Amino acid sequence: MSGRAWRVTKIGAEIAVPLAILLAWQLWTASAHQARFPRPTTIAVEFQKLWLFSQFDEHVVPSLERIGAGFAIAVVAGIALGIPLGLSRRAHRVAMPHIEYWRAMPPPALLPISVILEHSIANRQKIAFIAFFCIFPVLLNTIDGIRGIDPTLLETARSYGVPRRARIRRIVLPAAFPQIVAGMRNSLALAVIMMVLSEYFSSTSGVGYVLLISKNTFQLVPMWAAIVLIGVLGYVLNLLFLLVERRVLAWHRGWRAALPD
Amino acid sequence: MLEIRHLGKTYGSGERATRAVGDVDLTVTEGELVCVVGPSGCGKTTLLKCIGGLLRPTSGEVVLRGRRVTDPPEEMALVFQDYSRSLMPWTSVRNNVLLPLRHKKLARAERSRLVEEALDAVGLTRFIDHYPWQLSGGMQQRVAIARALAYQPSILLMDEPFASVDAQTRGDLEDLVLSVRERFGVTIVFVTHDIDESVYLADRIAVLTHAPTEVKELIAVDLPSPRDQIATKELPDFARLRAHVYRLIKRERPAAGDLADEEALAATRAET
Repeated sequence: MSGRAWRVTKIGAEIAVPLAILLAWQLWTASAHQARFPRPTTIAVEFQKLWLFSQFDEHVVPSLERIGAGFAIAVVAGIALGIPLGLSRRAHRVAMPHIEYWRAMPPPALLPISVILEHSIANRQKIAFIAFFCIFPVLLNTIDGIRGIDPTLLETARSYGVPRRARIRRIVLPAAFPQIVAGMRNSLALAVIMMVLSEYFSSTSGVGYVLLISKNTFQLVPMWAAIVLIGVLGYVLNLLFLLVERRVLAWHRGWRAALPD
Repeated sequence: MLEIRHLGKTYGSGERATRAVGDVDLTVTEGELVCVVGPSGCGKTTLLKCIGGLLRPTSGEVVLRGRRVTDPPEEMALVFQDYSRSLMPWTSVRNNVLLPLRHKKLARAERSRLVEEALDAVGLTRFIDHYPWQLSGGMQQRVAIARALAYQPSILLMDEPFASVDAQTRGDLEDLVLSVRERFGVTIVFVTHDIDESVYLADRIAVLTHAPTEVKELIAVDLPSPRDQIATKELPDFARLRAHVYRLIKRERPAAGDLADEEALAATRAET
Protein backbone atom coordinates (compact mmCIF):
# COMPACT_ATOMS: atom_id res chain seq x y z
CA MET A 1 0.00 0.00 0.00
CA SER A 2 1.37 3.42 -0.85
CA GLY A 3 2.19 5.88 1.93
CA ARG A 4 -0.61 8.21 0.94
CA ALA A 5 -3.27 5.49 0.75
CA TRP A 6 -2.13 4.22 4.13
CA ARG A 7 -2.45 7.67 5.69
CA VAL A 8 -5.95 8.12 4.28
CA THR A 9 -6.98 4.70 5.57
CA LYS A 10 -5.49 5.41 8.98
CA ILE A 11 -7.19 8.76 9.42
CA GLY A 12 -10.42 7.34 7.99
CA ALA A 13 -10.37 4.52 10.53
CA GLU A 14 -9.61 6.96 13.32
CA ILE A 15 -12.85 8.79 12.51
CA ALA A 16 -15.01 5.97 11.19
CA VAL A 17 -14.61 3.50 14.05
CA PRO A 18 -15.84 5.79 16.85
CA LEU A 19 -18.60 7.05 14.57
CA ALA A 20 -19.77 3.48 13.92
CA ILE A 21 -19.77 2.71 17.63
CA LEU A 22 -21.75 5.86 18.38
CA LEU A 23 -24.22 5.01 15.63
CA ALA A 24 -24.70 1.48 16.93
CA TRP A 25 -25.15 2.81 20.43
CA GLN A 26 -27.67 5.39 19.20
CA LEU A 27 -29.69 2.78 17.29
CA TRP A 28 -29.65 0.36 20.20
CA THR A 29 -30.68 2.95 22.83
CA ALA A 30 -33.30 4.42 20.53
CA SER A 31 -35.14 1.09 20.39
CA ALA A 32 -34.66 0.01 24.01
CA HIS A 33 -35.06 2.35 26.95
CA GLN A 34 -31.77 2.15 28.85
CA ALA A 35 -31.42 4.28 31.96
CA ARG A 36 -27.78 3.38 32.41
CA PHE A 37 -26.87 4.06 28.80
CA PRO A 38 -28.39 7.34 27.66
CA ARG A 39 -28.52 8.03 23.94
CA PRO A 40 -25.36 9.59 22.49
CA THR A 41 -27.50 12.50 21.27
CA THR A 42 -28.75 13.06 24.82
CA ILE A 43 -25.16 12.95 26.12
CA ALA A 44 -24.07 15.35 23.39
CA VAL A 45 -26.77 17.85 24.38
CA GLU A 46 -25.75 17.51 28.03
CA PHE A 47 -22.08 17.85 27.10
CA GLN A 48 -22.82 21.08 25.29
CA LYS A 49 -24.96 22.34 28.18
CA LEU A 50 -22.40 21.55 30.89
CA TRP A 51 -19.04 22.17 29.33
CA LEU A 52 -19.67 24.69 26.54
CA PHE A 53 -19.35 26.75 28.61
CA SER A 54 -21.60 27.16 31.65
CA GLN A 55 -19.55 24.92 33.97
CA PHE A 56 -16.28 25.38 32.13
CA ASP A 57 -14.78 27.95 34.46
CA GLU A 58 -16.07 26.24 37.56
CA HIS A 59 -14.94 22.67 36.84
CA VAL A 60 -12.85 22.30 33.67
CA VAL A 61 -10.44 25.14 34.37
CA PRO A 62 -9.47 23.83 37.85
CA SER A 63 -8.88 20.36 36.41
CA LEU A 64 -6.66 21.76 33.65
CA GLU A 65 -4.78 23.90 36.15
CA ARG A 66 -4.08 20.86 38.27
CA ILE A 67 -2.86 18.83 35.32
CA GLY A 68 -0.72 21.72 34.09
CA ALA A 69 0.89 22.58 37.41
CA GLY A 70 1.34 18.95 38.50
CA PHE A 71 2.88 18.00 35.17
CA ALA A 72 5.18 21.04 35.13
CA ILE A 73 6.46 20.35 38.65
CA ALA A 74 6.98 16.69 37.80
CA VAL A 75 8.98 17.51 34.66
CA VAL A 76 11.26 20.00 36.41
CA ALA A 77 11.77 17.78 39.45
CA GLY A 78 12.19 14.61 37.38
CA ILE A 79 14.88 16.14 35.18
CA ALA A 80 16.63 17.87 38.10
CA LEU A 81 16.80 14.61 40.06
CA GLY A 82 17.57 12.53 37.00
CA ILE A 83 20.72 14.43 36.03
CA PRO A 84 22.85 13.50 39.06
CA LEU A 85 21.42 9.98 39.16
CA GLY A 86 22.16 9.51 35.47
CA LEU A 87 25.70 10.86 35.74
CA SER A 88 26.85 9.13 38.91
CA ARG A 89 26.85 5.36 39.08
CA ARG A 90 27.18 5.50 42.83
CA ALA A 91 24.24 7.83 43.35
CA HIS A 92 22.23 5.66 40.98
CA ARG A 93 22.96 2.52 42.97
CA VAL A 94 22.03 4.19 46.25
CA ALA A 95 18.85 5.84 45.00
CA MET A 96 17.31 3.15 42.83
CA PRO A 97 15.75 0.97 45.58
CA HIS A 98 13.99 4.03 47.00
CA ILE A 99 12.73 5.09 43.61
CA GLU A 100 11.48 1.57 42.92
CA TYR A 101 9.68 1.50 46.25
CA TRP A 102 7.74 4.70 45.70
CA ARG A 103 7.10 3.91 42.08
CA ALA A 104 5.51 0.61 43.07
CA MET A 105 3.17 2.37 45.48
CA PRO A 106 -0.41 2.39 44.14
CA PRO A 107 -1.46 6.05 43.93
CA PRO A 108 -4.83 5.59 45.75
CA ALA A 109 -2.88 4.37 48.78
CA LEU A 110 -1.38 7.82 49.19
CA LEU A 111 -4.50 9.80 48.38
CA PRO A 112 -5.90 10.04 51.93
CA ILE A 113 -2.59 10.91 53.49
CA SER A 114 -1.90 13.59 50.90
CA VAL A 115 -4.82 15.53 52.38
CA ILE A 116 -3.27 15.39 55.83
CA LEU A 117 0.28 16.04 54.73
CA GLU A 118 -0.66 18.99 52.58
CA HIS A 119 -3.31 20.13 55.06
CA SER A 120 -5.53 20.95 52.13
CA ILE A 121 -8.22 19.60 49.87
CA ALA A 122 -7.77 22.42 47.40
CA ASN A 123 -5.36 22.80 44.47
CA ARG A 124 -2.31 22.48 46.67
CA GLN A 125 -3.04 18.88 47.62
CA LYS A 126 -4.29 17.88 44.17
CA ILE A 127 -1.24 19.33 42.42
CA ALA A 128 1.17 17.74 44.89
CA PHE A 129 -0.53 14.38 44.39
CA ILE A 130 -0.40 14.61 40.59
CA ALA A 131 3.20 15.86 40.59
CA PHE A 132 4.42 13.11 42.91
CA PHE A 133 3.30 10.27 40.67
CA CYS A 134 4.13 12.02 37.40
CA ILE A 135 7.77 12.42 38.42
CA PHE A 136 8.60 8.75 37.88
CA PRO A 137 8.31 8.42 34.09
CA VAL A 138 10.34 11.63 33.61
CA LEU A 139 12.87 10.67 36.26
CA LEU A 140 13.47 7.12 35.02
CA ASN A 141 13.69 8.18 31.39
CA THR A 142 16.08 11.01 32.23
CA ILE A 143 18.33 8.57 34.07
CA ASP A 144 18.22 6.04 31.23
CA GLY A 145 18.70 8.70 28.60
CA ILE A 146 21.80 10.07 30.32
CA ARG A 147 23.28 6.66 31.00
CA GLY A 148 22.88 5.79 27.34
CA ILE A 149 24.84 8.78 26.02
CA ASP A 150 27.77 7.84 23.83
CA PRO A 151 30.95 8.27 25.92
CA THR A 152 32.77 9.59 22.85
CA LEU A 153 30.59 12.69 22.93
CA LEU A 154 31.37 13.41 26.57
CA GLU A 155 35.07 12.68 26.15
CA THR A 156 35.20 15.06 23.22
CA ALA A 157 33.72 17.83 25.33
CA ARG A 158 36.06 17.01 28.19
CA SER A 159 39.11 17.02 25.94
CA TYR A 160 38.15 20.56 24.87
CA GLY A 161 38.00 21.62 28.50
CA VAL A 162 34.26 22.34 28.37
CA PRO A 163 33.34 23.04 32.03
CA ARG A 164 31.09 20.56 33.80
CA ARG A 165 28.02 22.78 33.90
CA ALA A 166 28.30 23.56 30.22
CA ARG A 167 28.76 19.85 29.47
CA ILE A 168 25.48 19.13 31.22
CA ARG A 169 23.65 21.94 29.46
CA ARG A 170 25.14 21.53 26.01
CA ILE A 171 25.75 17.78 25.77
CA VAL A 172 24.02 15.74 28.48
CA LEU A 173 20.57 17.31 28.34
CA PRO A 174 20.21 17.60 24.56
CA ALA A 175 21.56 14.08 24.05
CA ALA A 176 19.12 12.62 26.57
CA PHE A 177 16.28 14.85 25.45
CA PRO A 178 14.51 12.44 23.06
CA GLN A 179 14.13 9.94 25.88
CA ILE A 180 13.18 12.61 28.40
CA VAL A 181 10.41 13.66 26.04
CA ALA A 182 9.17 10.07 25.82
CA GLY A 183 8.98 10.07 29.62
CA MET A 184 7.15 13.40 29.61
CA ARG A 185 4.52 11.99 27.31
CA ASN A 186 3.86 9.11 29.69
CA SER A 187 3.70 11.59 32.56
CA LEU A 188 1.13 13.70 30.76
CA ALA A 189 -1.18 10.71 30.30
CA LEU A 190 -0.61 9.84 33.94
CA ALA A 191 -1.44 13.41 34.99
CA VAL A 192 -4.94 13.08 33.53
CA ILE A 193 -5.53 9.86 35.49
CA MET A 194 -4.18 11.39 38.71
CA MET A 195 -6.33 14.48 38.19
CA VAL A 196 -9.54 12.39 38.02
CA LEU A 197 -8.42 10.28 40.97
CA SER A 198 -7.53 13.24 43.18
CA GLU A 199 -10.89 14.85 42.41
CA TYR A 200 -12.76 11.76 43.53
CA PHE A 201 -11.57 12.26 47.07
CA SER A 202 -12.20 15.31 49.26
CA SER A 203 -13.02 17.62 46.44
CA THR A 204 -15.29 20.53 45.64
CA SER A 205 -14.51 21.14 42.00
CA GLY A 206 -13.17 19.57 38.85
CA VAL A 207 -14.30 17.17 36.16
CA GLY A 208 -13.64 14.13 38.36
CA TYR A 209 -15.75 15.71 41.09
CA VAL A 210 -18.66 16.27 38.67
CA LEU A 211 -18.38 12.67 37.50
CA LEU A 212 -18.49 11.26 41.02
CA ILE A 213 -21.28 13.54 42.29
CA SER A 214 -23.43 12.79 39.23
CA LYS A 215 -23.02 9.08 39.79
CA ASN A 216 -23.78 9.38 43.50
CA THR A 217 -26.99 11.26 42.72
CA PHE A 218 -27.96 8.90 39.87
CA GLN A 219 -27.70 11.64 37.31
CA LEU A 220 -26.34 9.40 34.62
CA VAL A 221 -26.47 11.84 31.71
CA PRO A 222 -24.04 14.39 33.25
CA MET A 223 -21.94 11.47 34.42
CA TRP A 224 -21.57 10.30 30.83
CA ALA A 225 -20.89 13.86 29.70
CA ALA A 226 -18.03 14.01 32.20
CA ILE A 227 -16.63 10.69 30.98
CA VAL A 228 -16.67 11.95 27.42
CA LEU A 229 -14.94 15.16 28.45
CA ILE A 230 -12.17 13.31 30.30
CA GLY A 231 -11.54 11.17 27.22
CA VAL A 232 -11.42 14.24 25.00
CA LEU A 233 -9.05 16.02 27.42
CA GLY A 234 -6.60 13.12 27.43
CA TYR A 235 -6.75 12.80 23.66
CA VAL A 236 -6.28 16.49 22.93
CA LEU A 237 -3.45 16.91 25.45
CA ASN A 238 -1.57 14.02 23.87
CA LEU A 239 -2.18 15.47 20.42
CA LEU A 240 -0.82 18.87 21.44
CA PHE A 241 2.19 17.20 23.01
CA LEU A 242 2.92 15.26 19.82
CA LEU A 243 2.71 18.46 17.78
CA VAL A 244 5.28 20.17 20.01
CA GLU A 245 7.46 17.06 20.04
CA ARG A 246 7.52 16.91 16.23
CA ARG A 247 8.91 20.42 16.10
CA VAL A 248 11.37 20.15 18.97
CA LEU A 249 12.74 16.75 18.01
CA ALA A 250 12.82 17.24 14.24
CA TRP A 251 16.59 16.67 14.33
CA HIS A 252 16.10 13.33 16.01
CA ARG A 253 13.99 11.87 13.23
CA GLY A 254 16.43 13.13 10.62
CA TRP A 255 19.40 11.77 12.52
CA ARG A 256 17.83 8.37 13.01
CA ALA A 257 16.87 8.15 9.37
CA ALA A 258 20.50 8.94 8.46
CA LEU A 259 21.94 6.22 10.71
CA PRO A 260 23.40 3.27 8.83
CA ASP A 261 20.83 0.60 9.80
CA MET B 1 57.52 20.35 22.86
CA LEU B 2 55.82 17.14 23.91
CA GLU B 3 57.66 14.61 25.99
CA ILE B 4 56.32 11.21 26.85
CA ARG B 5 58.46 9.69 29.58
CA HIS B 6 58.23 6.03 30.56
CA LEU B 7 54.49 6.09 30.13
CA GLY B 8 52.61 3.01 31.33
CA LYS B 9 48.92 2.29 31.74
CA THR B 10 47.36 -0.71 33.44
CA TYR B 11 43.63 -1.22 33.66
CA GLY B 12 42.22 -2.84 36.76
CA SER B 13 44.34 -4.42 39.43
CA GLY B 14 45.30 -7.79 40.84
CA GLU B 15 44.62 -10.84 38.72
CA ARG B 16 42.35 -9.04 36.31
CA ALA B 17 44.85 -6.30 35.52
CA THR B 18 45.46 -5.58 31.85
CA ARG B 19 48.66 -3.82 30.89
CA ALA B 20 47.81 -1.81 27.80
CA VAL B 21 50.81 0.48 27.62
CA GLY B 22 54.14 -0.88 28.84
CA ASP B 23 56.80 1.79 28.72
CA VAL B 24 56.57 4.42 26.02
CA ASP B 25 59.23 7.06 25.50
CA LEU B 26 58.73 9.62 22.76
CA THR B 27 59.62 13.25 22.17
CA VAL B 28 57.80 15.36 19.61
CA THR B 29 59.34 18.64 18.52
CA GLU B 30 57.54 21.85 17.60
CA GLY B 31 55.77 21.71 14.24
CA GLU B 32 56.48 18.04 13.72
CA LEU B 33 54.04 15.42 12.40
CA VAL B 34 54.63 12.11 14.13
CA CYS B 35 52.66 9.05 13.14
CA VAL B 36 52.16 6.32 15.69
CA VAL B 37 51.69 2.93 14.04
CA GLY B 38 51.17 -0.39 15.69
CA PRO B 39 49.49 -3.75 15.33
CA SER B 40 45.74 -3.59 15.94
CA GLY B 41 44.75 -3.76 19.57
CA CYS B 42 48.19 -2.76 20.84
CA GLY B 43 46.95 0.08 23.02
CA LYS B 44 47.30 3.03 20.62
CA THR B 45 44.05 4.62 21.72
CA THR B 46 44.96 4.21 25.36
CA LEU B 47 48.31 5.84 24.72
CA LEU B 48 46.64 8.77 22.96
CA LYS B 49 44.10 9.24 25.73
CA CYS B 50 46.93 9.37 28.26
CA ILE B 51 48.73 11.98 26.16
CA GLY B 52 45.51 13.96 25.87
CA GLY B 53 44.93 13.97 29.62
CA LEU B 54 41.71 11.94 29.37
CA LEU B 55 43.26 8.96 31.17
CA ARG B 56 45.69 8.99 34.08
CA PRO B 57 48.83 6.99 33.31
CA THR B 58 49.75 4.33 35.85
CA SER B 59 53.42 5.18 35.57
CA GLY B 60 55.57 7.78 33.87
CA GLU B 61 54.39 11.17 32.70
CA VAL B 62 53.46 13.36 29.78
CA VAL B 63 55.01 16.82 29.68
CA LEU B 64 53.71 19.47 27.32
CA ARG B 65 55.89 22.58 27.02
CA GLY B 66 57.42 21.96 30.39
CA ARG B 67 54.12 21.31 32.15
CA ARG B 68 52.97 17.93 33.30
CA VAL B 69 49.66 16.83 31.75
CA THR B 70 47.03 15.80 34.30
CA ASP B 71 43.89 17.15 32.63
CA PRO B 72 43.15 17.89 28.99
CA PRO B 73 45.52 20.79 28.26
CA GLU B 74 44.11 23.92 26.69
CA GLU B 75 46.59 23.94 23.82
CA MET B 76 45.75 20.41 22.75
CA ALA B 77 42.85 19.18 20.61
CA LEU B 78 41.77 15.61 19.99
CA VAL B 79 40.08 14.18 16.91
CA PHE B 80 38.46 10.80 17.44
CA GLN B 81 37.97 7.99 14.99
CA ASP B 82 34.20 7.95 15.40
CA TYR B 83 33.30 11.25 13.84
CA SER B 84 29.60 10.40 13.84
CA ARG B 85 29.73 9.80 17.57
CA SER B 86 31.83 12.82 18.47
CA LEU B 87 29.55 15.35 16.73
CA MET B 88 26.32 16.60 18.28
CA PRO B 89 23.46 15.51 16.01
CA TRP B 90 20.96 17.98 17.48
CA THR B 91 22.69 21.10 16.33
CA SER B 92 24.26 22.69 13.27
CA VAL B 93 27.79 22.32 11.95
CA ARG B 94 28.38 25.90 13.14
CA ASN B 95 27.43 25.09 16.72
CA ASN B 96 29.45 21.90 16.68
CA VAL B 97 32.56 23.83 15.72
CA LEU B 98 31.65 26.52 18.25
CA LEU B 99 31.44 24.06 21.16
CA PRO B 100 35.06 24.34 22.35
CA LEU B 101 35.04 28.13 21.94
CA ARG B 102 32.02 28.96 24.08
CA HIS B 103 33.91 28.81 27.34
CA LYS B 104 36.96 30.65 26.03
CA LYS B 105 37.16 34.35 26.74
CA LEU B 106 36.63 35.63 23.23
CA ALA B 107 34.56 38.38 21.66
CA ARG B 108 31.49 37.19 19.78
CA ALA B 109 32.85 38.37 16.45
CA GLU B 110 36.15 36.65 17.13
CA ARG B 111 34.34 33.38 17.82
CA SER B 112 32.42 33.40 14.58
CA ARG B 113 35.55 34.41 12.71
CA LEU B 114 37.38 31.36 14.10
CA VAL B 115 34.48 29.08 13.22
CA GLU B 116 34.26 30.42 9.68
CA GLU B 117 38.00 30.28 9.16
CA ALA B 118 38.18 26.69 10.38
CA LEU B 119 35.30 25.60 8.16
CA ASP B 120 36.93 27.41 5.25
CA ALA B 121 40.15 25.50 5.87
CA VAL B 122 38.33 22.18 5.53
CA GLY B 123 36.18 23.41 2.62
CA LEU B 124 32.80 23.24 4.35
CA THR B 125 31.76 26.88 4.37
CA ARG B 126 28.64 26.07 2.38
CA PHE B 127 27.44 23.53 4.96
CA ILE B 128 27.74 25.70 8.05
CA ASP B 129 24.01 25.58 8.76
CA HIS B 130 23.52 21.88 8.01
CA TYR B 131 23.12 19.19 10.61
CA PRO B 132 26.17 16.89 10.76
CA TRP B 133 24.08 13.86 9.78
CA GLN B 134 23.10 15.56 6.55
CA LEU B 135 26.75 15.27 5.45
CA SER B 136 28.76 12.31 4.19
CA GLY B 137 31.20 10.47 6.45
CA GLY B 138 34.23 12.28 5.06
CA MET B 139 32.55 15.64 5.47
CA GLN B 140 31.61 14.82 9.06
CA GLN B 141 35.23 14.07 9.81
CA ARG B 142 36.10 17.44 8.27
CA VAL B 143 33.70 19.06 10.72
CA ALA B 144 35.50 17.31 13.57
CA ILE B 145 38.83 18.57 12.22
CA ALA B 146 37.44 22.09 11.82
CA ARG B 147 36.29 21.99 15.42
CA ALA B 148 39.80 21.05 16.52
CA LEU B 149 41.29 23.87 14.40
CA ALA B 150 38.89 26.49 15.69
CA TYR B 151 40.11 25.65 19.18
CA GLN B 152 43.54 26.95 18.02
CA PRO B 153 45.59 24.17 19.53
CA SER B 154 49.34 24.13 19.25
CA ILE B 155 49.17 20.34 19.15
CA LEU B 156 46.60 18.11 17.49
CA LEU B 157 46.09 14.48 18.48
CA MET B 158 44.33 12.35 15.91
CA ASP B 159 43.15 8.83 16.70
CA GLU B 160 42.76 6.82 13.50
CA PRO B 161 40.69 9.66 12.15
CA PHE B 162 40.23 8.23 8.67
CA ALA B 163 39.70 4.58 9.54
CA SER B 164 36.06 4.59 8.53
CA VAL B 165 35.99 6.53 5.27
CA ASP B 166 36.51 5.23 1.74
CA ALA B 167 39.93 5.25 0.08
CA GLN B 168 39.29 8.26 -2.18
CA THR B 169 38.02 10.41 0.68
CA ARG B 170 40.86 9.20 2.80
CA GLY B 171 43.45 10.50 0.36
CA ASP B 172 41.71 13.88 0.28
CA LEU B 173 41.58 14.05 4.07
CA GLU B 174 45.27 13.15 4.35
CA ASP B 175 46.12 16.06 2.08
CA LEU B 176 43.80 18.22 4.15
CA VAL B 177 45.81 17.36 7.27
CA LEU B 178 49.03 18.35 5.52
CA SER B 179 47.59 21.64 4.27
CA VAL B 180 46.14 22.43 7.68
CA ARG B 181 49.48 21.85 9.28
CA GLU B 182 51.04 24.20 6.75
CA ARG B 183 48.40 26.89 7.29
CA PHE B 184 48.16 26.75 11.09
CA GLY B 185 51.67 25.57 11.96
CA VAL B 186 50.31 22.97 14.33
CA THR B 187 52.18 19.98 15.76
CA ILE B 188 50.41 16.70 15.03
CA VAL B 189 50.46 13.26 16.64
CA PHE B 190 48.60 10.97 14.28
CA VAL B 191 47.68 7.44 15.34
CA THR B 192 46.92 5.02 12.54
CA HIS B 193 47.09 1.35 11.69
CA ASP B 194 47.51 2.14 8.01
CA ILE B 195 51.19 1.88 7.07
CA ASP B 196 50.88 3.78 3.75
CA GLU B 197 49.13 6.58 5.54
CA SER B 198 51.84 6.85 8.17
CA VAL B 199 54.67 6.96 5.61
CA TYR B 200 52.80 9.47 3.47
CA LEU B 201 52.03 11.89 6.31
CA ALA B 202 54.86 11.64 8.79
CA ASP B 203 58.09 13.41 9.50
CA ARG B 204 58.82 10.56 11.86
CA ILE B 205 57.07 7.26 12.54
CA ALA B 206 56.93 5.60 15.93
CA VAL B 207 56.31 1.88 15.47
CA LEU B 208 54.77 0.26 18.51
CA THR B 209 54.98 -3.30 19.80
CA HIS B 210 52.09 -5.44 20.94
CA ALA B 211 50.45 -4.76 24.27
CA PRO B 212 51.84 -3.87 26.73
CA THR B 213 53.14 -1.54 24.09
CA GLU B 214 56.51 0.13 23.77
CA VAL B 215 58.16 2.08 20.99
CA LYS B 216 59.88 -0.53 18.86
CA GLU B 217 61.58 1.81 16.46
CA LEU B 218 61.58 5.48 15.51
CA ILE B 219 61.89 6.04 11.79
CA ALA B 220 62.74 9.38 10.17
CA VAL B 221 60.78 9.88 6.96
CA ASP B 222 62.94 11.92 4.63
CA LEU B 223 60.53 12.12 1.72
CA PRO B 224 60.38 15.49 -0.08
CA SER B 225 57.64 18.02 0.71
CA PRO B 226 55.07 18.95 -0.35
CA ARG B 227 53.83 15.40 -0.62
CA ASP B 228 51.63 14.26 -3.43
CA GLN B 229 49.28 11.29 -3.45
CA ILE B 230 50.68 10.01 -6.74
CA ALA B 231 54.25 11.30 -7.04
CA THR B 232 55.28 10.65 -3.45
CA LYS B 233 53.90 7.15 -3.46
CA GLU B 234 55.85 6.36 -6.65
CA LEU B 235 59.19 7.16 -5.04
CA PRO B 236 61.48 4.20 -4.32
CA ASP B 237 62.05 5.66 -0.85
CA PHE B 238 58.35 5.47 -0.15
CA ALA B 239 58.29 1.79 -1.06
CA ARG B 240 61.39 1.15 1.02
CA LEU B 241 60.00 2.87 4.12
CA ARG B 242 56.64 1.22 3.68
CA ALA B 243 58.26 -2.22 3.47
CA HIS B 244 60.42 -1.48 6.49
CA VAL B 245 57.46 -0.46 8.68
CA TYR B 246 55.46 -3.38 7.38
CA ARG B 247 58.16 -5.87 8.40
CA LEU B 248 58.45 -4.34 11.85
CA ILE B 249 54.73 -4.73 12.46
CA LYS B 250 54.48 -8.15 10.88
CA ARG B 251 57.20 -9.47 13.13
CA GLU B 252 54.98 -8.55 16.06
CA ARG B 253 53.20 -11.79 16.82
CA PRO B 254 49.89 -11.50 18.60
CA ALA B 255 50.56 -11.83 22.29
CA ALA B 256 48.38 -12.40 25.30
CA GLY B 257 46.47 -9.31 26.38
CA ASP B 258 46.23 -8.32 22.76
CA LEU B 259 42.81 -6.81 23.13
CA ALA B 260 44.08 -3.99 25.31
CA ASP B 261 42.04 -1.34 23.56
CA GLU B 262 38.78 -3.23 23.66
CA GLU B 263 39.24 -3.98 27.32
CA ALA B 264 40.17 -0.37 27.82
CA LEU B 265 36.92 0.64 26.19
CA ALA B 266 34.97 -1.64 28.49
CA ALA B 267 36.86 -0.18 31.44
CA THR B 268 36.14 3.44 30.49
CA ARG B 269 32.49 2.56 30.03
CA ALA B 270 32.50 1.16 33.54
CA GLU B 271 34.13 4.31 34.89
CA THR B 272 31.72 6.80 33.38
